[in-house]
Amino acid sequence: MPRVEGKVVLVSGGASGIGAATARLVVQEGGKAVLADRDEAKGRALAAELGGAAQFVALDVTDEMAWQKAVAASVDRFGGLHGLLNAAGVGVRNSIEDCTLEEYRRVNDINALGTFLGCKAAIPAIKQSGGGSIVNISSVLGLRGASYAMAYCASKGAVRTLTKNVALYCAQMKYDIRCNSVHPGYIDTPMIAPRLDQTIDNMSGRQWLEELHPLGRLGRPEEVANMILFLLSDESSFSTGSEFVCDGGLTA
Amino acid sequence: MVAANMSGELSGRVAIVTGGASGIGAATAALLAGHGARVVVADLQEAKDGPGRFAHHDVASEESWKSLLADLLANEGRLDIVVNNAGITGGMGNPETTTVEAWQRVQAINSEGVFLGCKYAIQGMKKTGPDKPSAKGSIVNISSIAGLIGAAGPTAYSASKGAVRLLSKSVALYCAEQKYDIRCNSVHPGGVDTPIFNPLWQAVGREQGKAFLGSRHPIGRMAEPAELGEVVLWLASDRSSFVSGAEIVADGAITSGLQRRPLLAAR
Repeated sequence: MPRVEGKVVLVSGGASGIGAATARLVVQEGGKAVLADRDEAKGRALAAELGGAAQFVALDVTDEMAWQKAVAASVDRFGGLHGLLNAAGVGVRNSIEDCTLEEYRRVNDINALGTFLGCKAAIPAIKQSGGGSIVNISSVLGLRGASYAMAYCASKGAVRTLTKNVALYCAQMKYDIRCNSVHPGYIDTPMIAPRLDQTIDNMSGRQWLEELHPLGRLGRPEEVANMILFLLSDESSFSTGSEFVCDGGLTA
Repeated sequence: MVAANMSGELSGRVAIVTGGASGIGAATAALLAGHGARVVVADLQEAKDGPGRFAHHDVASEESWKSLLADLLANEGRLDIVVNNAGITGGMGNPETTTVEAWQRVQAINSEGVFLGCKYAIQGMKKTGPDKPSAKGSIVNISSIAGLIGAAGPTAYSASKGAVRLLSKSVALYCAEQKYDIRCNSVHPGGVDTPIFNPLWQAVGREQGKAFLGSRHPIGRMAEPAELGEVVLWLASDRSSFVSGAEIVADGAITSGLQRRPLLAAR
């Protein structure tokens, strides 16, 4: 039996990486995927490939009006909303000494404010549709610090506690909306592509990142999508406010 | 004089305490000064009879940090301790009612303010002199149990305190890698009797409010500001010399067990 039969899932960052892999899986498992992304060309191409069960909407996650339109478009197109995946994000390298205030704000706006606005826009629609599940992509760097990703760590730490706050609020209000965070290790997506060709400690960036993980390799977007699908589906009906780690053993 | 009874453990050290005019900040400033540190109380408004020197300071403004540091180095010649304590709750917004403006205001003070505080702290602590041959210091960032659990506050506040938690670890790791002898830790208080609860006191009365919040802590009461000041003092001093990147929880055991009820109700 399909695992998310009839469920409508809005995916920010749905044109590439973890978002795209999840959208594919949602459609494969009987659901509808609304791909929300800034990258129109990629998003439309993926939506076309997935056929009638997918739809593209343009979305800048820091724009509250754009979120409301994306939620409305999902409900208009597919008749409801049952899931939200906040996968849009930026990975930026900076340290406490070289990060500017503008950069700190930009990273936190996209990763943290963007996730908050997604939750805020989706809650009323999911509630009206009879309940559902919100999945926020944090990171292993929302669990552990990194000297070279200070602003990113802060933004993912914000997503981690924001998620718990949303989960408890929805529970308290009896909305039947669950909310969990997913903490991927380094996944082979466009976000980390620029790092793979760099040289770090006399290694290629790819090798350096691979060796961080006890499993000795990068994660694949599909591996994270499998965890997200579980959280979007009713299989995870007693999980809310929790941290789901998918990191090849990195934080162990 | 209280100060005369305390050791001069921090004598010669120079400290900045943001939000130092009230609450945990004021208690911390008094303790640091009592142990011999020269303290700059950085706040938007001056407290009556506060310890140390007052500097008008807005943590969300980079210009304000630049001039605070320039003045401090000109006057004192060194910086050893920065306590990033200033913070706001930003009202009781939940995930449905929090506006973008409220979110940004809370992040500007609680998250960006701590980011700037760490950045300029390192700059100041790297300044060497005859009494200080190399970069050295301790940064203490006040997060909250709201940076650990989801039930302890408004939505924007929770997110901002989660940011401080991870930011502190990144700063700790960075300073270690750079071989700066600068430690950075986060402190996670439970309910502390400070002016941050004034809106609640006004709504339900101070004694009733304190009893209500106190009952949410397994220890059965709220903390006094000085109890948190002691935690900060320990982190600021050399007694905690191997502690960096850590989360120091002082919450009357709230996060130790299962929560029967949320600390503060939504709405």
